[in-house]
This record gives sequence, C-alpha cells and structure tokens, in this order.
Amino acid sequence: MAVTGAVLVLFLLGHMVGNLKAFFGADAFNHYAEWLRTMGSPAVPYRVLLTVVEIALVVAVVLHMWSAVSLARRAAQARPVKYAAKRKSQANGYATHTMRYGGVIILLFVIWHLLDMTFGAVNPKGFDADPYDRLVAGFDPSRWWVTLFYVVAMIMVGLHLRHGLWSAFQTLGLAGGRSYGKLKAGAALVSLVLVVGFLAVPVGVMIGVIK
Amino acid sequence: MSGMNLTLKVWRQNGPSDEGRMVTYKVEDVSPDMSFLEMLDVLNERLILAGDDPVAFDHDCREGICGMCGMVINGVAHGEQRATTTCQLHMRHFKDGDEITIEPWRAAPFPVVKDLVVDRAAFDRIIQAGGFISVPAGSAPDAHSVPVKKEDADAAFDAATCIGCGACVAACPNGSASLFTAAKITHLGLLPQGQPERDSRAKAMVEQMDLEGFGGCTNTGECTAVCPKGIPLDTIARMNADYLKASK
Ligand code: HEM
Ligand code: SF4
Ligand code: FES
Repeated sequence: MAVTGAVLVLFLLGHMVGNLKAFFGADAFNHYAEWLRTMGSPAVPYRVLLTVVEIALVVAVVLHMWSAVSLARRAAQARPVKYAAKRKSQANGYATHTMRYGGVIILLFVIWHLLDMTFGAVNPKGFDADPYDRLVAGFDPSRWWVTLFYVVAMIMVGLHLRHGLWSAFQTLGLAGGRSYGKLKAGAALVSLVLVVGFLAVPVGVMIGVIK
Repeated sequence: MSGMNLTLKVWRQNGPSDEGRMVTYKVEDVSPDMSFLEMLDVLNERLILAGDDPVAFDHDCREGICGMCGMVINGVAHGEQRATTTCQLHMRHFKDGDEITIEPWRAAPFPVVKDLVVDRAAFDRIIQAGGFISVPAGSAPDAHSVPVKKEDADAAFDAATCIGCGACVAACPNGSASLFTAAKITHLGLLPQGQPERDSRAKAMVEQMDLEGFGGCTNTGECTAVCPKGIPLDTIARMNADYLKASK
C-alpha cells in the first residue's frame, strides 16, 4: 500500500504541475505534452521514457489495488460475525473511513479520464485533436456533469491522501513520538494543494479563463 | 432515591457451536454508583432467582488491571468512556430509560466461549512467539547496573501497561491485533535487555499475529481511541520498523 501509494502520489504531483501549463495558453500546454514524449532525446528514442513511466504506473495501480483487496478480504475473515450495534468511530478522521469506497471511485474516475484525455474516446474532439483542444472541449460548460464528476473524484483523491499520506509513513515505520501532528498537517496540506491544483484547470475552462 | 431503569440487549450464546442471539432484559433501580459489572450482577441475581441461566462475562480484578472484562457496549469496546475498562465504567454515565447493547469482542481469532466470554488464547500464542527476553536466571541484578535513558524508560513503561484486554482488536474495523502486539514489541524493544532478540522478536510475533487470523492494520487509530491504557499509535510504527528491518 505505502510504496505503491507513494509512486502514485509522486505521479500526481507531477501531473498537477503539468496541467497548470494550461493557464499559459495552448502552445505551452501542447509543448509540454510533446516534451513528455521527447523526454531524454536524442539519447532515448521517441516516447520510450513516457512508456516506461506509464508501465510503472499501471504496475503501481494494480499492486495497490491488489493490496487493498487482500486487506479487505483479511478484514472480512477476521470478523465473520458483525456487531449488532452500529460501531461508532472513536478516532477522529472521516477520511480514514472512505479509503475503500473512495479508492473505487478514484479507479472509475481514472478509467473515464484516460478515455477522455488520453484516448479521446469519450471526448467531443476525439483522439486526433491537440491535447489542449481536447482539454477545452472536455470541460465545456455544456458538459457540466463531466466537470462535476472531476470535482467529486478530486475531493475523493484529497480525502484518500489526507489519510493515506501519513498512513504510509506509519506503515513504513517512519512515524513516531511527536511527529504525528506535523505528519498529519503535512498530509492535509499536500492533499489540499493537489485538489486545488487539479481543480483549477477544469474550473478555469468552465468559467472561460482557459479557452 | 430510586435508581435508573434500563433496557439491556445482551448477546446470549450457550456455547461455541450455538448460533447465539440478542436477548432483551429490563433492569430496575440501578444506582449511578454501581459499576457496569455490578449492574450485570444485579441482572444475574435476578436471573438465578428465576431459575434462568445467568449472563456469562469474564472479570477478575474489577479494578482495571487484569484485562478480563471486555465487552462491546453500544458499539464501543469497554463503552464510550475513554481510557476505562468495563469494570471501571460507572452507571452514572448512563441515564434512566437508556437502551444498552452488550456484545462480546467480535473476531475470528477470539471465539465466543459463552455469552460475552471470548477465548483470547491467540494473544498468549503471540506472546509465546517472542514476547520475552532470554536471560540466564539467577538472583535479581542490582537495579542500577544497566542504565536506561529516562525517555526510553517512560515509553517502555507506557507500552508495558497493556493489559491484553483485546479491546484494540474488537474496535478495529480490520480486526487487527497490531496495537497489542506492538505494545509488547515496544515494551521490550526499548530496553537494553530486549536488544539481542529485538529483530527476531518482531518478526516472530508479527508472523504469529497473522497466523492467528487477525486482520491487517490500515492505521485507522480506532484501537488507541478505545484502549483502556491509551497505548499510543507510534508503537505500531516501531513494530513496523523492527519488522521491516528483520525482513531485510
Ligand atoms: C485505483 C484505485 C485505488 C484504490 C482501490 C485504493 C485503495 C486503497 C486502500 C484500500 C488503501 C488502504 C487504506 C488504508 O491504508 O487505510 C489505500 C492506501 C493508500 N492509497 Fe490508495 N487506492 C487507489 C488509488 C490511489 C491513488 C491514485 C493514489 C495516489 C495518488 C493512492 C495513494 C494511497 C496511499 C499513499 C495510501 C496509504 C498507504 C498506507 O497506508 O500504507 N491510492 N488505497
Ligand atoms: S493495547 Fe490496549 S486495548 Fe489492546 S490489549 Fe493492550 S490494553 Fe487492551
Ligand atoms: S475485571 Fe480486571 S480489568 Fe476489568
């Protein structure tokens, strides 16, 4: 969970920063998309590094899901008889209790997102358009429901990381003593930055700042 | 002064193979000064006089140190009062007319023996796997012969206050025994006497914990919140660190 989660967090940070290029216009954004494919050239052939990163991400997502499913199965086996009284959470932390279903929502989102922005299958402009045009068309105000789904999914990502980030330190044995306050505050801050950073672009398109 | 009248919904199960069910009882005239167990004693006296089977529950010290008296009260292990065992929970925290649900710890590795009594031998086997230090026994050494840092002594002592009650398992949404196991690993791992077997202890105890069928920890923190001794979550980080080091 922790190691694969960390890989995904690093990806998210990079991805968010890249998205913000949309605020600098079509050229900046399309150049960035092109740069992703020419990374390392001429030493490395076209699209090789990007493909390596894509494979690493798929592996991380699959292992992350596999760990999540095995944890959930072990939990079910460890408590075959449920409590009659509703178990009241005694620890603070709403985010903690959204990890499993939140993760499923994120997965559905990732699938939609790839069909939308990467393959163009559910995008009005389709695969042949520029990345920037796909972006602007995807979040057109008439497709408000898509934008809404993005907002919900990003809030789930924020909640997921609000727990997940400090939880990963704990899992790896790197937390201790007085570090919890700082770790939890740091997790909350990074989650917030990611949510705001990711939502800036769709909202920017919707209100016409990006067009 | 007349006391409180309560409605209890209690888990009744004749034995390990019985299916079990919730049964409703009324208890009248409960004094706010009674402990929760004394309130159950009142119910049981009445059941015995009526020729019924009393509700079986575990208890021994009734002063919060033996860890026997675990039960889930209204969905919370040892009841909602923080840092309190069931025997130290007083009826003044309830009010007249309350309905109280009482259930045993629910975990596959803690099978129900009867009613509210569960078998916590799984914890003993975790201790047997590594919760000890091997020393040549002899007369007790001089108290000051091995110096221990004050912070280490304090943290080890805090971890050592775990009474093995099992509330952490009962409260964990994953049914994990990590807090208990981590408390024991921390207690020994912080002291000089615990160093020689530190890595093998963590490995053996964690493996035994998994073998018993407890769930995996996802750091929900529910365990610490209900722990009558307030064992902190950083014991689990320490256990993970020792375990990872030992697995390398
Ligand atoms: C594919 C869909 C996903 C599912 C089904 C999923 C599910 C889960 C579950 C069940 C946990 C363990 C809960 C816990 O530790 O309390 C978890 C932890 C975590 N997840 Fe995800 N997740 C998904 C996507 C993601 C993504 C996209 C990221 C990164 C941005 C991420 C980062 C993390 C981190 C850092 C942890 C904490 C690891 C730890 O506690 O050791 N997850 N995830
Ligand atoms: S860690 Fe706390 S809740 Fe768990 S067995 Fe020890 S005293 Fe009980
Ligand atoms: S009876 Fe000993 S701790 Fe409650």
